[in-house]
Amino acid sequence: MSELINYRLHVNGVEHEVADAWLGESLLYVLRERLGLPGSKNACLQGECGSCSVLMDGKVVCSCMVLAASAVGADIVTVEGLSPGEQDLSDIQAAFLAEGGVQCGFCTPGLVVSVHDLLEHNPDPTELEVREAISGNLCRCTGYGRILAAVRATQESRQG
Amino acid sequence: MLVFLPDSLDEAFEAFEQCPDAQLLAGGTDFMVEVNYAHRRPPSVVCLRKVGELCGWRRDGAEVVLGAGMTFTELMDPRLSDLLPGLAQASRTVGSPQIRNAGTLGGNLGTASPAGDSLPVLSALDATIVVASRHGRRSLQLDELVVGPKRTTLEPGEIIVEIRAPAQMGSQEFLKVGTRNAMVIAVANVALVVDWAGQSVRCALGSVGPVVIRARAAEQFISSRIDWTTRTLPDESAAAEFADLVRAAARPIDDHRSTADYRRHAVGVCSFRALRRILANHRDDTLGRAS
Repeated sequence: MSELINYRLHVNGVEHEVADAWLGESLLYVLRERLGLPGSKNACLQGECGSCSVLMDGKVVCSCMVLAASAVGADIVTVEGLSPGEQDLSDIQAAFLAEGGVQCGFCTPGLVVSVHDLLEHNPDPTELEVREAISGNLCRCTGYGRILAAVRATQESRQG
Repeated sequence: MLVFLPDSLDEAFEAFEQCPDAQLLAGGTDFMVEVNYAHRRPPSVVCLRKVGELCGWRRDGAEVVLGAGMTFTELMDPRLSDLLPGLAQASRTVGSPQIRNAGTLGGNLGTASPAGDSLPVLSALDATIVVASRHGRRSLQLDELVVGPKRTTLEPGEIIVEIRAPAQMGSQEFLKVGTRNAMVIAVANVALVVDWAGQSVRCALGSVGPVVIRARAAEQFISSRIDWTTRTLPDESAAAEFADLVRAAARPIDDHRSTADYRRHAVGVCSFRALRRILANHRDDTLGRAS
């Protein structure tokens, strides 16, 4: 076993101490196993599925492909940081539920992060833009139609 | 210290002095797959994420100078895609938004995968790759840097720092074949540049050999058939012959992603389409200007 390292991560507006960690740990592992933030899901560990998507300095990335110790100083936002409170849902999350975009639910946190990022930068995307924005998030239940409907519903409700 | 997060190249070189066996980490999209699957167990890591000199791009006369730390998302920026359209097209085919936000041009070069999407474009543009260490800098062409599958001529302690490519060179196309549009590692890819001013055609093939292949015979053949004054291809059958020569230049293998036969076929189709697209777009542009 190689030497262990200590560092601090800035996640959802809070400084977290990471102590006695192996240097090769991914951000996903540290979020789930050390910081008690299991919203980001662990599936492929190779950037294929997008279920571990988080925002790092305002950009959506797969947390499984970020070396946690390299994220020191970065502003990290997980799906937990996107809802207004622990019991409250963001409008995107509420739309996913209302439109039936959640079936097994495993892909949902990653999709919520990707859709949040899309609508922050492009409040009125075309369907093609939505499809491209969520192309890195695999869902094996819904066939994506209900997810697209949830994005459209969020778009429409935000425009009032 | 085992994980270095230098702000400058000098600090990065210093980290290598302290830990000569340290491994370089750019965007992590290849590196972390190997770590996650226990194929790589780095004793120490030099992370390039915050190295200022590797960020951003600038014009230098007729060239664009790209920082090796630029992500594929940044390479798609409209201000840059006007100058390097083929590279922007290739970047958009890489992975997904998540991968494009993390993966870097320098990382693509350093990984030296035969399927790296930026590599055929850089080859077709005869781009120069600048690598640096504390001992100095040297400039390389792609085929001098990438010498085999995942093999480069980078010396220990050397870092890819910038990529220099001609701005707005002629017309450019990048085409890629895979099993779907997103999240796909190329089964075959082709970069084609028709340099109207220089009266040359450059065609580079990826995923059909151990390294990127320039289809020189095909390039010379089609260059001799293009009417450079009218910028047209008078004998349209020459496009098919060009594609045949591209196919002949490929040296593909069978693997888990595709077969050699299919790959050879695919580079022919891609190069044919790329040439037709460039000629058609150019004709439309000319008509647009005339009307």
